[in-house]
Formats: sequence, structure tokens, C-alpha cells
Amino acid sequence: MAQDYVIEMLHITKEFPGIKANDDITLQLKRGEIHALLGENGAGKSTLMSVLFGLYQAEQGTIKKDGKEVQIKDPNDANRLGIGMVHQHFKLVECFSVLDNIILGVEDTKNGFLQYASARKKVMDLSERYGLKVDPDAIVSDISVGMQQRVEILKMLYRDNEVLIFDEPTAVLTPQEIDELMEIMRGFRKEGKSILFITHKLAEIMAVADRCSVLRKGKYIGTVDIANTTKEELSRMMVGRDVQLEVQKKESKPGETILAVRDLTVPSRTHNNNAVKNVSFDVRAGEIVCIAGIEGNGQTELIYGITGLEKITGGTVTLNGKDITHASIRERSKAGMSHIPEDRHKHGLVLDYPLEANMVLQRYWDPKFQNKGIIKYGEVRKYANRLIEQFDVRSGQGPITIARSMSGGNQQKAIIAREIDKDPQLLVAVQPTRGLDVGAIEYIHSQLVAQRDAGKAVLLVSLELDEVMKLPDRILVMYEGEIVGEFNPKETTVEELGLYMAGAKKQS
Amino acid sequence: MNILANIISLTIVFAVPLMLVALGGMYSEHSGVINLALEGIMVIGALCACFTLQGFDRSGFGPAHPQLAMLCAILVAGLSGMVFSLLLAFAAINLKADQTIGGTALNTFAPAFAVVVTWAVQGQGLTTIQIPNWIRITQATFGMEAGNGFLDSLIFKYFYLTTPIAVLLFFVAWILMYRTRFGLRLRACGEHPQAADSVGINVYKMRYAGVLISGFLGGIGGLAYTIAVGSGFNSSVGGYGFLALAVMIFGNWKPVQIMGASIFFALFKVIAAYNSSIPFLPKLEGLKDKSSLYQMLPYVVTMIVLIFTSKHSQAPKAEGIPYDKGTR
Repeated sequence: MAQDYVIEMLHITKEFPGIKANDDITLQLKRGEIHALLGENGAGKSTLMSVLFGLYQAEQGTIKKDGKEVQIKDPNDANRLGIGMVHQHFKLVECFSVLDNIILGVEDTKNGFLQYASARKKVMDLSERYGLKVDPDAIVSDISVGMQQRVEILKMLYRDNEVLIFDEPTAVLTPQEIDELMEIMRGFRKEGKSILFITHKLAEIMAVADRCSVLRKGKYIGTVDIANTTKEELSRMMVGRDVQLEVQKKESKPGETILAVRDLTVPSRTHNNNAVKNVSFDVRAGEIVCIAGIEGNGQTELIYGITGLEKITGGTVTLNGKDITHASIRERSKAGMSHIPEDRHKHGLVLDYPLEANMVLQRYWDPKFQNKGIIKYGEVRKYANRLIEQFDVRSGQGPITIARSMSGGNQQKAIIAREIDKDPQLLVAVQPTRGLDVGAIEYIHSQLVAQRDAGKAVLLVSLELDEVMKLPDRILVMYEGEIVGEFNPKETTVEELGLYMAGAKKQS
Repeated sequence: MNILANIISLTIVFAVPLMLVALGGMYSEHSGVINLALEGIMVIGALCACFTLQGFDRSGFGPAHPQLAMLCAILVAGLSGMVFSLLLAFAAINLKADQTIGGTALNTFAPAFAVVVTWAVQGQGLTTIQIPNWIRITQATFGMEAGNGFLDSLIFKYFYLTTPIAVLLFFVAWILMYRTRFGLRLRACGEHPQAADSVGINVYKMRYAGVLISGFLGGIGGLAYTIAVGSGFNSSVGGYGFLALAVMIFGNWKPVQIMGASIFFALFKVIAAYNSSIPFLPKLEGLKDKSSLYQMLPYVVTMIVLIFTSKHSQAPKAEGIPYDKGTR
């Protein structure tokens, strides 16, 4: 008997100007399986799923649902076929309630009036059945990212979808929320729903998926059973070469103190308490210090205070012996601070500028790049080309590529190139590998270690326990705005860190 | 006492155009299109409606059936405003033009167009279209005796069909925006059009609906303004379209608050226009031209109010941004 495939995408080809995003890709989804779709950033995973969901039309190839060929022209068609999707960037109206967001597009009405009672009951039933806790009357902008994702999942269930597409669902979640999501996905499998799970995190695939299809640069590489494969094999298929999953580094040789933070207090933007309370620590030359903790415990504000993005209300920040507590951001930058920001779209790049302009954002005033206020574009171009070459930043049109059109990994590489080439004393890197694939992560980790070995001080903020254990020489755990523990990564365990991160333990 | 009645009824008659136009702006902005062309839409609506009334006056239909004629004029005002707003919709939605520039262009065009048409119809130099006086609802409309008491002044001194229709349209807006599928979808398009698109809502269609409704209300607002001023239509609506935008912002893009805001602004407008006949206002003796000072009042208040309220404004997030299916 033929295999029971619920969705078959056969020989899909989708082109964008200048790039073949999908080149003859075939993907077959069995009923009731969790099928992972693995690939680097820009490998064509999202494009393929957008074709399936009707957001794009493929130039070639066919899509079959339950063995019958179908046309999917828009999300309505996909919805009618029972295909639902949780987008990487949530499609939620922030000022609407949870319930409004779920019913939007499939509203029940009576005499023209919206009927909420039946909708609310159905949402609550689904929420209970699958363990998706939500408050239907909460306003979306007030709820956590994890709950927003549950709302997206409920949107699919409310429409009785049986094929569920998850586009990089774990990128925005905390470790605990990721575990919960995995449990929810297993629950769907038990109910006979079929899941397409886009990710580039190997551990998650090994934990939850049944089979995995790999894409590389728009091409189909192969499909493997998870039971018969290893992380190493998957990463080789994805990147096309052997990847170093462990960080290679020598013993650190810390030198003198570069960054000294004393009694730093930073107010919160969201509540009345201080987000950072009397925090003191040092970062020395030649070491990587990592601030670990669950998201929202003051890490962001701590970095804002150190880098000057937020005015601090108490304490001092000293860089290389110079008091920069009240220095402007440019003064800090000149004093030897580089910053790889948490939100690369908000603080890292001017998205609608070309790559070359982004490369000189902090240096355009340098006589090297301007003369009496006129920018020397020739020099800028030359400089950008050098960085692009040296740091292997890939883009469609080189230095004149608009930053927005680049993949996340290459945007991050561009920022790292700019920040490292400034030859800083202190490199502040906030979640530098967030949302990136293993190849890019490997590259960024090696760059950070290289900076350390060159005698730079590196301050890292990370939410990924994997990274926290592998990369730094010292770990500081932050909980509710305070540093509650300092650890040597060689002498601690994930479990111990977890206790401190959750506030269950505290070093006095 | 009669002065109080006068102030109240005048305030209402001036609040009507403000509220109608601000509600119009609200529909458009909730769909995601900034309608800066409200001023121009008002001019076109008033122009067409005034000619209609003049025609009814000459043909004798108006004096015979005054309120039926008025209803027709209101519909003409709304429909002409709607047709004019199509220009904005086409530029903003299909051509993805900058909405501010598109709106400004229409605002520049409308008064000029009105002047040319007025002259062409009435002859050179006759810049004002007179409004017939039978349009007012009087005691006689209901077969009652004309009186001069408090209630007579309060209700009948400035009573036009536009007022009950505005009240009706206010309730329609209130229900439509928050109780119906259309309202939910319209607001989604102004907040997060990609989200609306991903659940199968046609963003372009909803935005057309928003702009056309705003054109309809804006056109009626133009007629209501001309009636409120009372001295005929001379190709201008005195910046009321912009004042209505301020009312909409002050009203936080919500119907009930917009109604409150329009009454607030209308009160200042009345104080400005009738300062000499309101006894309890300071006379500001020694000033040469105190009425100019009072006439500034609504506009000064607008600025002050906006300074304090704009910080907490809840403007639709995606307004002013042309929607392109391709960008994610």
C-alpha cells in the first residue's frame, strides 16, 4: 500500500529576483508525524512553507493534499484544506484581546453582531484539551511571548486545522517554554495532527521529531529518520561540511580590569521598580564574562545602562580607568566600547540603508570617511568591501545591498564585523547568536573567542544555557535585577544554574 | 436664560460637522489610511449639496417638501464626498502613494475647484452660494405654535436635519466599530495588515471601505458646517477638516470620546464667534481687536490639548503605511 501522506509538495521551484529560493524541492508529510524542516538561514525553509500556506505561488511543482492535487492561492485556500501556520513573527493584533485575535477572519455573527459566547467556549475547550493556558480577555500587548505563541496555536486549532506549520517557534521562547511547546506538539501527534516544524536547533529536532528533511541553499538534500541519525550527521547535511559543535578555546589569561561596574541602578521602562539594583562586577582583559538568567530579569536594562542606551540613576561605570557613567554613546564608543545589540533591527542597523552605510554608522565623522562634512563614498565603499571580504558577509549586491533584505545571520555578521573592526577594549555582545543557525553560531563563537585571545574584554549576555555553559570563562547569574551568583562554567552544572536563575538559591 | 439656550444649541450645531468629519477620519485611519483630505472632501460635499439645495429652491420642490429636499441634499453631500475620496483611496491603496502628500493635494485642489465651479454657475464675482432658509426645522414642521421660551430657543433656533442624522450616524459608528465583523476586520487592517491578510481578510478592500465611508461622512460634514455658519458657502470650510482631525486624535480614535471632544471644541468655537453677545466673558477693554483674540481660541485650545494628549494617543499602528503583500 502506498504511504499515507497528508501533504506532498513535489518539485517545488520558487524564484525571487536574483535568487532561486526553492529549487526543485520535494517534501512529503506523513499523517500524524512531526516532520522537521532543517536548514541554515536563507536555505528556503520559510519560502517553502509560505508556498504551502498560500502566501507565495510556486513557479513549478505541485502540491497534493491526501493524494489529490490542489491549488493554494491564498491563506483562505490553505485554511479550507486544514493547513494552519504559526509564523515566526506573530501575526497578532496587539491592541486586540486574545479572543478577538483568535476569531478574526472566521467570526460568527448573528444579525450582523459578533457572537462571542460560542467562540469563547470553543477556545476554552481547546485550551484545556491541549494544555494551552491563555486568558481570552487579556490584551495581546500585555501578555508574554510564550502566551502569544499559544494564541497563535489556538488560532490554528480554532480553525480545525489538521496540518500545523511551526515556523521557528522556539527562537523566542525560554528553555521552560520550549519544553512546554515540545509537550504540546507531542499531544497534537497523539491526536493525529501532522506537524511541520521549521528550525535550525538540532537538539529540538532530536527531542521531538520523527523525520527530518534538510534544505541547503534552496536545494533539497535529503530526508532522514531521526531514530537512525545523529546531530553531527544532521549538521553536516545542513551546512555541507563538518561543523564544530563544541567551542574550541584555550585557558583564559585574564589581565587587568577593563570594565568596572559599581552599584549600578537602572530604572525600568515597564514598572516602577528599578530593573537593575546595585549591581557590581568587573570584566578583565582576556576573559569572557557571561550574564545568564531568564529573560526579563534586568539583563537588557543592565546593558542599556552600560552602553548608554538608558540613563542610570545610581552607581558608576568605568571603562579602562575612565569614568563613563554619564558619557554619551559616541564617547563610549570612542573610549573603546563595542556593542552587538540584543535587537539588531532596532539598535544594530538602519534597515533601509545600504550595507556600506551601516558599516560606518559609528565612524562616518572620522576624517577618513568625510571631508568638511561631505562623506567620501569611495572610502566608505572600499572600507565596506574589506569588511565584507574579511568577515564573509553574504548579500545579494555587496556593499549596496539594503540591510533589510539580508538574512538574519548575515545582518549579524555585518554588525560583528563593524564592532570588531573598531578594535575595542570591551566587546559587549547581547544574545549574539539568537535565531541563527549552527554554521553562523560556530562562526560567531569563534570570533568572540578570538577577541578574548587578543586580550579584549568580552561581556556576553545569553539566554541559551548551551551557550552559557560552553563559551564564557565566568558566569554571573542575574535574578530580579540582582547578581545572585558567580560560577566557573567548568565547575557548575545546568541544574545548579537553573536553581539560581529561578531564584530558588542565592550566593550571599 | 435664553442666552444659555442659544449657547447650547449653537454648540450642538457646530459640534455636528466636527463629529461627523472626525468619525469619518476615524473609519479611514482604523483601516490604515491617514485621511488628510477631509478638508477638501468637506468642500466638495458642501459645494454639491448647496447647488442641490439651490436647485430645489428654484424648482419649488424645496419650499414644498423642505425636509425631503434636505435629505436629498445630505445624500448628495455624502455621495460627492465619497466620489472625491476615491481619488485618495486610489492614490493611497493602489498606487501606494504617500498619504500625506495625496491628502494635501486634494485639499489644495478642492477649494480652487469650488471657486471655479461657483463662478461658472453663478457668474463672475458671485462667490457665495446662498442657502435657502426653508431648510431649518421649525415648530411649524411639527405643526406647533412658534414660541420664544427657553425650550423654543434650545431646540428650534438652530435645528436642522443634519443633527438627528449625525446622532444616528454616531450610534451606527459605535456599534459598527466594536460589535460587528466589519469593525473588527477594519481595525485589524489599521493595526496589523499582515495579520489580517494571513487570516484571509482582503486588506485592500477594507481600506477602500474605510476611506469611502470617511468620504461619505466628510461630505455630510461639509454641508453641516455650511449650515452652522449660516452665511452661505464660499468655497471654504474654515479649517474644520483639520480641526476634525484634532478632534479625532483628542478622541483617541473612539466614537464616544470623539463625540465628547467635538462638543468641547464646538463650545470654544461658539465662544469665539459670539464673544460680544455672551455677557459673562471678560470684555478685555483697552484691547483694540478683542474678537480676533477670541476667534483664535479654538485653534489655540487645539494645540494645547494635542500637546497633552498626543503622548498617550492610541493611533492605529499601521496607519499611513501603504500595504504591500510582498513585505513581511
